[in-house]
Amino acid sequence: MSEGTLYDKVWDRHKVTRLPTGQDQLFVGLHLVHEVTSPQAFGMLQERGQEVAFPERTHATVDHIVPTGNRDRPYRDDAAESMMAELEENVRGSGIDFSDPDSGDQGIVHVIGPEQGLTQPGMTIVCGDSHTSTHGAFGALAFGIGTSQIRDVLATGCVAMEKQKVRKIEVTGELGEGVTAKDIILTIIGKLGTDGGVGYVYEYAGEAIEDLGMEGRMSICNMSIEGGARAGYVNPDETTYEWLKETDAFENDPEEFERLKPYWESIRTDDDAEYDDVVTIDGSAIEPTVTWGTTPGQTAGITEPIPDPDDLPEEDRDTARRAQKHMRVEPGDTMEGYDIDVAFLGSCTNARLKDLREAAAFVEGREVDDDVRAMVVPGSQRVRDAAEVEGLDEVFKQAGFDWREPGCSMCLGMNDDQLEGDEASASSSNRNFVGRQGSKDGRTVLMSPIMVAAAAVTGEVTDVREMEEVATV
Amino acid sequence: MSSPEFSAGEAPAEKVTEVSGTGIPVRGNDIDTDQIIPARFMKVVTFDGLGQFSFFDQRFDDDDNEKDHPFNEEKYRGANVLVVNANFGCGSSREHAPQALMRWGIDAVVGESFAEIFAGNCLALGVPTVTADQDDIEALQDYVEANPDAEVDIDVAAETITYGDTVIDAEVHDAQRKALVEGVWDTTALMGANEGAVRETARSLPYVPAEHVAEDEA
Repeated sequence: MSEGTLYDKVWDRHKVTRLPTGQDQLFVGLHLVHEVTSPQAFGMLQERGQEVAFPERTHATVDHIVPTGNRDRPYRDDAAESMMAELEENVRGSGIDFSDPDSGDQGIVHVIGPEQGLTQPGMTIVCGDSHTSTHGAFGALAFGIGTSQIRDVLATGCVAMEKQKVRKIEVTGELGEGVTAKDIILTIIGKLGTDGGVGYVYEYAGEAIEDLGMEGRMSICNMSIEGGARAGYVNPDETTYEWLKETDAFENDPEEFERLKPYWESIRTDDDAEYDDVVTIDGSAIEPTVTWGTTPGQTAGITEPIPDPDDLPEEDRDTARRAQKHMRVEPGDTMEGYDIDVAFLGSCTNARLKDLREAAAFVEGREVDDDVRAMVVPGSQRVRDAAEVEGLDEVFKQAGFDWREPGCSMCLGMNDDQLEGDEASASSSNRNFVGRQGSKDGRTVLMSPIMVAAAAVTGEVTDVREMEEVATV
Repeated sequence: MSSPEFSAGEAPAEKVTEVSGTGIPVRGNDIDTDQIIPARFMKVVTFDGLGQFSFFDQRFDDDDNEKDHPFNEEKYRGANVLVVNANFGCGSSREHAPQALMRWGIDAVVGESFAEIFAGNCLALGVPTVTADQDDIEALQDYVEANPDAEVDIDVAAETITYGDTVIDAEVHDAQRKALVEGVWDTTALMGANEGAVRETARSLPYVPAEHVAEDEA
C-alpha cells in the first residue's frame, strides 16, 4: 500500500470512521452540484424527510442542458426548462449558492470551481460527474459519484469509499513545439488503456507536469477517468498558489491565504513516499496526439500509423475492429488528412482562457474551411468575458467560428449543439464514444485546442507543427 | 425491491445474498454508459421509465426499426442476470445507466470486469456486480444464448455462479459482498448514524469555517 502520498494524507485527514462494510466514511469538503445528476438525489432526500447537512460546503451551477445560444427563459426545450426549474427550486430551498446564468458566474462545473477559488488543495471534492477528477490539479482529492452517493453527501456531508492504490505517472523532459497537456493525457491513456487505472488514483509528476500551468494540469487530471482512474492529482506548488491568489477566495484576503498555506504544504507527497506503481513516460517524445477510434485509449501520434487490430492484445481486437469500421479508417494510415465537418472548441477539458488564447493565436489571420462548421463554447461566463476583453471573440468570429454561451454543449449533445448524421468532428472534449456528440453515426476525433483550430482551418486533421512553419514562411 | 424505511442509526437495506433467474448476454469490451443510456434520455428529473431506453441506440436505427440486440429478443424477455465482458460501464458516472438496467429488469450483472463508478452505482441500488475469468464468462454467455430459459444462480456470499451442471468461481468485491450480504448498502443510513464524528472531522480541517458546521445537540 502507498504511504506518505498526498492521497494518503488527504484521505486520513477526512476519514470519519470505518464503516461495517469495510469502506471508510470520508468527510466531503466541497460538493459541486449540476442539473442532470442531482434532481433524483434531492427527491430521495425529501422522501426521507432529510435536509442538506452542509449547505455552505455545497455549490451549484447549470451546464449540461443549458442552451449556448438563446437563453431567454423559459428555455425553448421543455425538458431543459424543467431541469433548470427543478435545480433552482432544490438549491434555493436548501440555502446552496448557485452560479446561475444571471450571476455572471455560470459555467461548466469543473471550470467555475477552480476559477472562483472553491477548489483548493487538500480538500475532498465530489460531484455527480465523472470529470470531477479535474479538481485534482490543485492537489485536491476529487472524484465523480453517482446519484445515490449524491444523496449520501447531501444528507450526511460524507461518502463511503474504499481506499485505492496510487500510481505515480512521471512525465519527464520538455514538451516539443505544438505539444500540449492534452497530448500528454491522450498518450498516457493510449499506453495504459481505458481500464488501466481501475483501482488506482493517478499522481501526475515530473518535469513536463511541473512546467504546465493550472489549465494544462486540469486538462490532464480531467481525463484521468478516461483511463479508468477515478481520481488524479498534481501536488500543489507555486504555480498552484499563484492561481489561488487571484481567485475570489483569496484576492482580498491574503491573511487567509497565509493561514491555509501550511496545510497545503503539509499534504504534499513526501520525498520518501511509497507508491503501489510507478510509470515513466518520456514527455519529449510525445507528438500532437489524436484518437482514431471510439474510446479515448485508441490514440496515435499524428505521424504514427493507425494500428492493425491483429497486432493488438487479444482483448482489444474486437473493440478496435468495430471502432475502425465506425470511424472509416484503415490500419497503416495516419489520421493526418482525415476529413472533418465540425470543429468543437469547448468542454471541461479544454475551454479555459489559456485554451482559447492559444487557439485564437493560431486562428488569427486564417479562415475556417468552407465545409466546416466551427464553434467556440467558453467554459464559463467569466472565461467568455475575459476572452471578450482581450478581443478573442472577434478573432474567432472573423475567422468564421461561432462564438457561443458557456456550457457542456457538444461534448455530450444534451442541448441543441449536436453532430448530425455521420458528421466527423475535431473536438477538444474528452470522449469519442459512439453517439457521444449527439448522433449515433457521428465520428469524433479528440485532440488539443490548437489541433482543433488547425483542423477547422484546413478541413482535415492536421499536424499543427507543419502549419506553424507555413505561417512563418 | 421495496424502498427502505429510513430511521437514523439503522441500516434498513434488504439483504442480497443470491440472485436467480434467466440470463441475457451483451457481448463486447469497454461498453460505456453512453451506450447503456444515451445522454438525451437523461433530460428527466426522476429515474422512472428509464428501463425502456436501455441500449437504445444499439437496439433501434434512425427510423426506430429494431436492430439485432439481445435486449430486443423475445427469448430474453424476463431475464434478470446480465452477462457482459470487460470494463463494462466505463465513461460517464451517470447512475441513469444502472437505473435503466434495473428498471428493465436486471437484478445482477456478471462480467469479466467493471468500471469503478458503475460498480459503485450498482451497489447503491443493491445490484451485485460479479466478476469471473474471461473463459468462464464466455462459456456462460454461450450457455445463456443456447438456453435462454435455463436458470442461472448467483450466490453472492459464496461467490459462485451455477448454471446447468457447472459451478464457476466468481468474485464479489469484499466491501460490496459484505454490504449486500449483511444488508448494509444503504450508506445514507449507515453514515447518518455518525453525525457527531462527522462534525468533529469537519472542525479539524483548517479550510472549514466553524460556522459551516452545525452545533452539537446538547
